[in-house]
Amino acid sequence: MSSDVRRHGASEPTAAAAQRPRQGARTAGLRHRLGRPTRKVARGTALGWIFVLPALAFFSTFVIYPLITAVQYSFYNWNGIGASTWVGFANYTRVFTDRELLISIINALILIVFFTVIPVSSGLVLATLIRSMRPGAFATTARTILFLPQIIPLVAAGIAWSWMYAQTGTINTILDSVGLGSLSRSWLAGFGTALPAVGLIGSWVLTGLCTILLLTGIGKIDASLYEAVRLDGAGWMREFVTVTLPGLRQEIAVLVTITVIAALSSFDIIYTTTKGGPGTSTLVPGISIFRLAFTQSEVGLASAFGIVLLALVLAVVLPIQLLAKEKS
Amino acid sequence: MSNKQERSRHGRSTPSRTAWAALMATLTSVALALAGCAPGSPAAAPTGSGDVSLKLTSDKITIKIQDETGFPVSDDLAKEFTKQHPNVTFKVVRDSFANLTANAPRLMASSNAPDLIRLPTLGDTVKDGLLTNLDPYYKGFGWDKFSAGQLAASRMSSKGVRGEGSLYQLGLGYSVTGIYVNQKYAKRLGLSGVPATIAELEQWLAKAKAAKILPVQIGMQDGVGTFALQALINQYGNKSDLVDWMFNKSGATFDTAASLKGATVFKKWADAGYFPADVNAINYTTMVSNFQAGKGLLMFDGNWDAAGTDKAMGQGAATFVPVPPAAAGGKYVAMGAANSFSIPAKAKHADAAAFFLNWIHTNAKARQIVVDVTGASPGGDPAQQLPTAKAGSLIDQALKVSAEVGADNGFVDFMANTTSGIYAGAFQPYEQRLLTRRMEPKAFTGAIQQYYEKELAGS
Repeated sequence: MSSDVRRHGASEPTAAAAQRPRQGARTAGLRHRLGRPTRKVARGTALGWIFVLPALAFFSTFVIYPLITAVQYSFYNWNGIGASTWVGFANYTRVFTDRELLISIINALILIVFFTVIPVSSGLVLATLIRSMRPGAFATTARTILFLPQIIPLVAAGIAWSWMYAQTGTINTILDSVGLGSLSRSWLAGFGTALPAVGLIGSWVLTGLCTILLLTGIGKIDASLYEAVRLDGAGWMREFVTVTLPGLRQEIAVLVTITVIAALSSFDIIYTTTKGGPGTSTLVPGISIFRLAFTQSEVGLASAFGIVLLALVLAVVLPIQLLAKEKS
Repeated sequence: MSNKQERSRHGRSTPSRTAWAALMATLTSVALALAGCAPGSPAAAPTGSGDVSLKLTSDKITIKIQDETGFPVSDDLAKEFTKQHPNVTFKVVRDSFANLTANAPRLMASSNAPDLIRLPTLGDTVKDGLLTNLDPYYKGFGWDKFSAGQLAASRMSSKGVRGEGSLYQLGLGYSVTGIYVNQKYAKRLGLSGVPATIAELEQWLAKAKAAKILPVQIGMQDGVGTFALQALINQYGNKSDLVDWMFNKSGATFDTAASLKGATVFKKWADAGYFPADVNAINYTTMVSNFQAGKGLLMFDGNWDAAGTDKAMGQGAATFVPVPPAAAGGKYVAMGAANSFSIPAKAKHADAAAFFLNWIHTNAKARQIVVDVTGASPGGDPAQQLPTAKAGSLIDQALKVSAEVGADNGFVDFMANTTSGIYAGAFQPYEQRLLTRRMEPKAFTGAIQQYYEKELAGS
């Protein structure tokens, strides 16, 4: 592995020059200007690879290798221990024809509303509000409180929220006390309310992260820009649309990426609150894959579903990345 | 150095594209290379045909036990065994039930396999050659005197059918299910003793409902309410039909008149408001703590909660009664299973582990420990004297129920053990629908059978 990497690194300049004429010309030009740094560069590159090596080794062992084996398993009917049989794409066919597995994908897509749309938009509002506050104890406290959910383990959050959602839990007590007792119900037990209920737990957890990240992003925006729009007579809305939003483009892209992944690969919150029920109303791919692999011992099908989930995440996240890169 | 920076700044997309291409190329080539060799090992030869020793070794050995958390009886048994046989010490490792169930096959396949492992379901383990066949010990130690019904679920044929073939497990205690009755409410409603029939039980429920007492404390978030559904199905029709189905005999079906009747009554109870309104949000732990906190007249549960319930409510606050038959004078049928342990095929001290299992079933002190710590019946030869439990305690009552069911040869396995995926994949979601008027009993029994066939075909 390591020798392979080093060889690849050392030969890169020439290979790059051969393959990419446009860039090759530029490097050649540079090299000409700087004298003959080839050996130095090669040594630098090698040194770079050596620095990267430990991380790369971990990455290969714990990410690349499992990924490759998952791809391999997905073509077999295998219980994880005994003999396996090659089944070609049968596992993939099952992922796309099994109604229950499809439902879990749809539920995960619905969760994007709660894990991405709500936290990012409320994060934008909150960050703008906090920015307009005078720095002081109140702003610091607000920031801290907003960020608190982020440091609580998701499992603990799930359990705490399942108490709050219960028939005699906090939510219903509050509803009763404001005269909306007729609305009270067991939120996690209802077929219609369970998915939004678990989704809102995700919103609660992620809003803090979004707010803090957007707040630091706003801090980076040149203050003179705000001054300029204000001099031009812009109101807060204009200011938000013209200065804040474009200035936060990168941060929003990062947040959308992180939260979409969190939505599509959600597991802990669902597992501790509803286990996918009632019926299949909160079933998500994470739960399905866990069950397939560890209770039903269908490692092949579970791997295939995992690969499909990976493709789904990439299909959603890559366009976001491209959109964010544009014009930057 | 500057050269490199320059390059990376200007040609940003190109190196990443190359890296991506390189990654994909590596992935594809490695995947293709791996595709040649299939994962897993070929099916192993059946074990247990070799010679076994029924005598305990005199060497100094350490028996490794892999057990679940919250199940301390193995510690106490190990301590007592070491006292009687000082050359044998134990190393008990614990993990949560869910983790253990998920990892058991991998633990047994590893080179560092334990000598004794808690294994709730046999699954593919027999087919994969992971277990020691206990038949030689069965003959040698005379386990044929034990209750055959209690051991049935621990047998598996080479075709993967349970209930027949060789023995692969024994229990550290054997469970029995029944009904816990809150005596405070029972007295208020004028109910006493044991209901004689399901019809009488339904009168109890109606009375409680009329008095605004929750008739049954039950949950379906994690499927625990299946205890009640099966308790009903058990009473209708011939129990061997259900047992055959649970043991995966070919041609067996869940779609029977008994299942339909059971599901119909179960749904009727839910529709009548005998269950909590948020039944689908209540899980096992909540159900038990709710009942112990006085929420509900009845709870369908097993003897494993006997000691805890006495402790939480005080002795006498609750009673444990068997589920009544459908017709007066009928035989008792109840779920009961071994707290099953297996000896992995790779165990280093298989003979000593088997000796230990035999000792647990036959040694008076060991049997007493099983009863004291778990509240479960110690199993073994029914002719052997039962350990004593505190008179009037729930453990004492559960032991009596266990003996009554045993005398009627009425033990059946739990439906959750039918296949590895059926509990979470079918019973749990479909019962949640059944209890909330989203599924009819006929569709329910059909859907369970459909899932069952799909899962058996897939494995």
